[in-house]
Amino acid sequence: MSATFWIIIAGAIATYLTRVGGHLVISRFDHIHPRVEAGLNAVPAAVLTTLVAPAALSAGPAEWAALTVAAAVSLRGGLMAMFLAGAAVLILARQFAG
Amino acid sequence: MAVEAISEKSAKSDFWDGVRLSMPVVVAAAPFGLLFGAIAVDNGFSVLEASLMSALIFGGASQMVGIELFGQHVAPWLIVLSIFAVNFRHVLYSASIGRRIAHWPVIQQALGYFVLTDPQFAVAEARAESGRPVGFVWYMGLGLPVYVFWVVESGLGAVFGKLIPDTHALGIDFLLPIYFLGLVMGFRKRPLWLPVVIASAAASIIAYKTVGSPWHVSIGAIAGVLLAVILPPHHSGVEAKR
Repeated sequence: MSATFWIIIAGAIATYLTRVGGHLVISRFDHIHPRVEAGLNAVPAAVLTTLVAPAALSAGPAEWAALTVAAAVSLRGGLMAMFLAGAAVLILARQFAG
Repeated sequence: MAVEAISEKSAKSDFWDGVRLSMPVVVAAAPFGLLFGAIAVDNGFSVLEASLMSALIFGGASQMVGIELFGQHVAPWLIVLSIFAVNFRHVLYSASIGRRIAHWPVIQQALGYFVLTDPQFAVAEARAESGRPVGFVWYMGLGLPVYVFWVVESGLGAVFGKLIPDTHALGIDFLLPIYFLGLVMGFRKRPLWLPVVIASAAASIIAYKTVGSPWHVSIGAIAGVLLAVILPPHHSGVEAKR
């Protein structure tokens, strides 16, 4: 077996550990402290924000326009509407802003 | 029995309900699947190895980082460590979603954690928040199409890598941030949403500029979670439930 193969296997194991690990740790406790629960409830907004903020900061006007429109649409519409609106604005704006 | 017929029917509709929600994810991830395959071959992977990596790791960003480092002939253990670092945020997803799926049989849970990607987590968490059950059938309806398309696209990208046209003009490089913003917005009714978003955004940007990628993800996430932990419980709305 090649080195590449073993890198893939080890990477897969490492990844699976992250996906199952949080649950394995938390499930050892019978009672979840309210503060821990508050922390867990904050996970989606906390993690997903980090996937947007630095990318938005290092982007330009076209990307900002797309994010603004997408955010506005998401206040009323669903995820698909928001996504398509953002993508449309991005493609259009890049034709002009480059 | 009528009850069984009804439950079979509802299982079917649960599955398709999940599939429907997976479609934006499939669309948003498609360019990255193709791109990953193309980059992988460009960095010395075979078509089979590119597909295998997608099938076994199933985490776009970490695969891109792994491939990039592989192309630069970085030591294998460092490549694996980097994949681990990029995927470390899943520890938080796992702890959070575990509360919703702990009643599943163990095998189903094991499979469920395997497909626990960013959108999988966010959509499942949103469903739990709306008060509906997060069942195995629905969860797999959401996860399976994403998985299958991801692996197939990686293979296609590897085979036809050089044929992808101008990705910048098509906005492909910025589709995922838009999608993730939509997911963030979806949680805006949660207690402490705005303070958490601000803390995570600020910390991730600072970490991105100082420590660098991929650590900004974990650092930013921990900042937001810590804020929710530190603030008095009456702000976070968990006390009221008990």
